[in-house]
Parts: sequence; structure tokens; C-alpha cells
Amino acid sequence: MNIQVIIPMILFLGIIFFIGYWSSKKIGESTGGFLQEYFLGGRELGGFVLAMTMVATYGSASSFLGGPGTAYTMGFGWVLLSMTQVVTGYFVLLILGKKFAILARRYNAITLIDFLKVRYNNSTAVVLLAAASMIIFLFSAMTAQWVGGGRLIESLTGIKYTTALFIFAVSVLVYVVIGGFRAVAVTDAVQGGVMVIGTLILLIAVIIAGGGVPNIMQDLLNENPNLVTPYGNDGNLSMAYVSSFWILVGVGVVGLPQMAVRAMSYKNSKSMHRALVIGTIVTGFIMLNMHLIGVFARTIMPGIEVPDTVIPLVALKILPAWLAGIVLAAPLAAIMSTVDSLLILVSSSIVKDVYINYLNPSASEKTVKRISFGVTTILGSIVFLLALNPPDLLIFLNLFAFGGLEAAFIWPVVLGLYWSYGNKYGAIASMISGIVSYIAIHFYNQVNGNLFGVHTVVVPVILSLVAYIIFSLLIKRTKYVY
Amino acid sequence: MDPRFKIAHREALIGVGLAIVHFIWWFGFAYGLGSAPVEEYKYILGFPEWFFYSCIVGFLLVSLTVIILAKFVLKDVSFEEEGDQL
Repeated sequence: MNIQVIIPMILFLGIIFFIGYWSSKKIGESTGGFLQEYFLGGRELGGFVLAMTMVATYGSASSFLGGPGTAYTMGFGWVLLSMTQVVTGYFVLLILGKKFAILARRYNAITLIDFLKVRYNNSTAVVLLAAASMIIFLFSAMTAQWVGGGRLIESLTGIKYTTALFIFAVSVLVYVVIGGFRAVAVTDAVQGGVMVIGTLILLIAVIIAGGGVPNIMQDLLNENPNLVTPYGNDGNLSMAYVSSFWILVGVGVVGLPQMAVRAMSYKNSKSMHRALVIGTIVTGFIMLNMHLIGVFARTIMPGIEVPDTVIPLVALKILPAWLAGIVLAAPLAAIMSTVDSLLILVSSSIVKDVYINYLNPSASEKTVKRISFGVTTILGSIVFLLALNPPDLLIFLNLFAFGGLEAAFIWPVVLGLYWSYGNKYGAIASMISGIVSYIAIHFYNQVNGNLFGVHTVVVPVILSLVAYIIFSLLIKRTKYVY
Repeated sequence: MDPRFKIAHREALIGVGLAIVHFIWWFGFAYGLGSAPVEEYKYILGFPEWFFYSCIVGFLLVSLTVIILAKFVLKDVSFEEEGDQL
């Protein structure tokens, strides 16, 4: 493997470590309490960091390797689908928005579950159900991402998977454990920047290598005209299916705990307004670039067998080695920035939602500190061990991680904020029906094809809405005063 | 009700409205123009017309809208609690 490709990556890791160290200093200086500092960055995020951390957390391995790979196979229909993600840039912040920020401060909430706990009258069932689904699903999602990170380093550098995974694990663990949420958010900003620059360079290079956009389009038409239609390479992308991604990767993202927690971490309404603008532009820019690269690459390198490898192969082929190194730091950045956010989130849930809430409410600041560092380290180590040889159960759970969590959390969070008649019975019914129906419909779809021709997420989101409303109105209907 | 919540509710509705308009634009151009037979496609800057309007122009317009919202429509509010209003 070319040493020139590796040097930019080592530099990139160096910067990330430095940020971890800097953040750990901040934790020492903070005055607002250790928990708020370690798990929320002291609620001090500015607009730029907030926007980038939302984009980067959300843009994972799937959007950076899987997405362009699918676009390579399916053509413009998949680029159309990927652009449904632009909506997340403004939707999450506008919907959760100011009310969530105000209430989270009033309730003194550090985690999403803290918020749910106060909103639903200290219901133990709500807290435990929410914490369990979050820990189980996000833990599985995290392991899958670590496997992706290890594989990526393996394919770029040629070192063995186990060693590659070890390097990846240690890099992430060091800065997350010592730096907490602030380190996660600030490194996300750097990683987001790497993604913007990396995708732009590669897109330009691909267009030049392909002889300009009109030329590339002609090549695609010659090969298979379906590639330039919205319907996929063999007409397999239906209108209903593509549109249903507006829920999965668009508006439904409001329900993901890793996004919601960011909506309570910003400093003031000015940061929120800036983040709206930056987040929307950056998400759209990265998604458009990345997926266009996938489609255009088809004319430069036809016949790639494993679609996930399109981006690395194209970068190595058309760019000088050192530039390819910079570009290929982008998918690595995407994976790291997703994994670090999940790690700190799962850790916060265990420490705050379970340990402090139920096991040891009077824990001293010193104990909490020790437990937080300890839990984060242990979690990371377990994930590493599991990623060496992922058990089937984890791979199974990961399938439901994003859609399942969306179906579980979207209404308890959104209606909990805006509908005063929502109560704990509605929330419990909504979470259970969301997850259970998601898993059931997943199996139904596997056997019979997509129910109503839409993605699995759609029906559970509707069912959990109905359950929330019916149960809130039927059982102990009360008006909540915010 | 806390007067800040009025502002928050209005802005959440703006978010829903923008998403609906965004969806209609995205869907209308993609499938309105994209459903024609491929031989009749027109191209702008090399891109098929449906894609150019739906995804590229659509993205630029949404970005512009968000900038205008952030500059002129969304209101600054304090997130901290004021006195003993609880």
C-alpha cells in the first residue's frame, strides 16, 4: 500500500487526538457540573459545530460507501432518493427547536430520556423502555459501524482486519473517553469538513476523468437508458418506495435519540439559526456530491463487483496518491463521527438514565466521573471484542436500529412537546407498537415484498401515532401543563 | 402559556410547511418530467431536466429559503428561565 495514501490519514488522526485532549482540559475547567459538561458539552455548542455534528452523526458508513455504491448500480434514481436527506438539515432543528431547548433546560435534562422522564410524570416504565431500546439498538448499530471502520482501514492500508479494527477502536476510544461530548462534537466538525472537501475534490476529478457531464450522460444512455431515469436500472425503484424515504431518512430522523440530544446541546437561538442554514447546505452538498460520484464512476470504471468499494477504487485510480489519501479520510471520518456519537449516547444512557436514576441517586461528583469514564471505556472494549467476530443477534438487531428507533421515539418526543393531552400510557403504547410492528413488518416484507410498496418504516410510524393518541385519550386523560 | 412557546409553535409549523412544499417540488419535477420516455428527455448543463430541477434547483431553493427564514423570520429567544415564572 502506498505510504502517500496513509500519511494524510495519520495527520487526520493526529488532529482528532488533539481535540480530545483539548476537550478534556475543558472538562476540568467547567463550572456547570460534570454530567452536563461530559454528556452535553456544557450546552455551549455554536452554530457551526452544531450543524456539522448533526450532519456527521447522521452521515454514516451507509451514506459514504453503501449509498454511492447503490447509485453506481441503480443510477440517478438513487441520487434522487438520497436527496430526501436534505430535509433533515432544517426539519430536526425547526421541529424540536426552541421548545425542546427551553424545556430541556427547565427540566435540567442531560439525555433525551431525562426529558421523557419529566414530561411523562416520572414514569419508570417509560424510562426503562426507552433506555432499553436505545441501549440495545444503538449498541448493535455501533458494532456494525465498527466493523465497517475496521474493514475500511483494512482495504485502504492492507493491514489485517484485527489490527485495523484495533487501530480504529483505540483512536475512537481515546478521544471519546477523555473528551466526552464536546470532543465528539468538535471532532465531528473536523470530520464534516473532511467530508465536504473530500467529496468535492473527488466529484470534480470524476467529472474531468469522464470528459464532462454531457459526455458522461451520453455514456450512461448508451449503456442503459434507465440509469438516467428516476426509476432505477431495471425499473425497480417505484415512486412510492423512493418517496417513503422521506420518512426513513428525512422527517423521521427527528425521532433518533442521537439527533434529539444535539437539539438540547446548543448555546442560544442564534446558534440554532446558523445551524439550520449550515446543516441544510452541507447535508445537500455532501449527499449530492457523493451519490453523483457513484453514478459517474460507472462510466470510468465499469464492472466493479462489490459496489461498496466504488469510492476507494475510483479515488485510487484517478487521483494522485496523496490526494486520494485526503479524499479517503472522508469515509473514515464519516464512520468515526457516527460511532463516537453513539458511544457517548449509550454511555450517557447507562450512567444517567439507569445508574443515577435508579441505582445510586446520591452518587458524588467524583463517583459519577469515575463511572462515566469507566462505562465509556468498558462499552468501547465490549464493542471491539464483538466486532472481531460479530454475533448473528447483533447483525439482526442492527437491521432495526434506525427505523425501529424512529418508530419508537418520534411520537413520544414530538407529541410530548406539542400535544398537552399526550401521557405516559400513550408513550408506552407508542414505543411498544412502533418496535414490535417494525420487526413484524420487516419479516412480512422479506417474504412478500414491500407492504403497500413502501419502505418498512412507514406503517410502524403511522401505527405508533395511532397508539399514542388512542392510549393518551383513553387512559387517565389529563392535560399536561408545560 | 410561556410567550416563548408561541414563537416555538409558529416555527415548528413553518418547518412542517417547508417540508411539505419541499416534498411537492422534489416529487413534482422528478416524476412529472422524469416519467416521459427517455428519448424525449431534455438536458440542462448535462443533467436530465427532471433531475436538474428536482434535486439541484430544489436544493438551492431550499437553502435560500432557510437563509431567509434564519435572517428575517425566526426570532431570538432566551432559553434560560426568567425569575420565578414557574
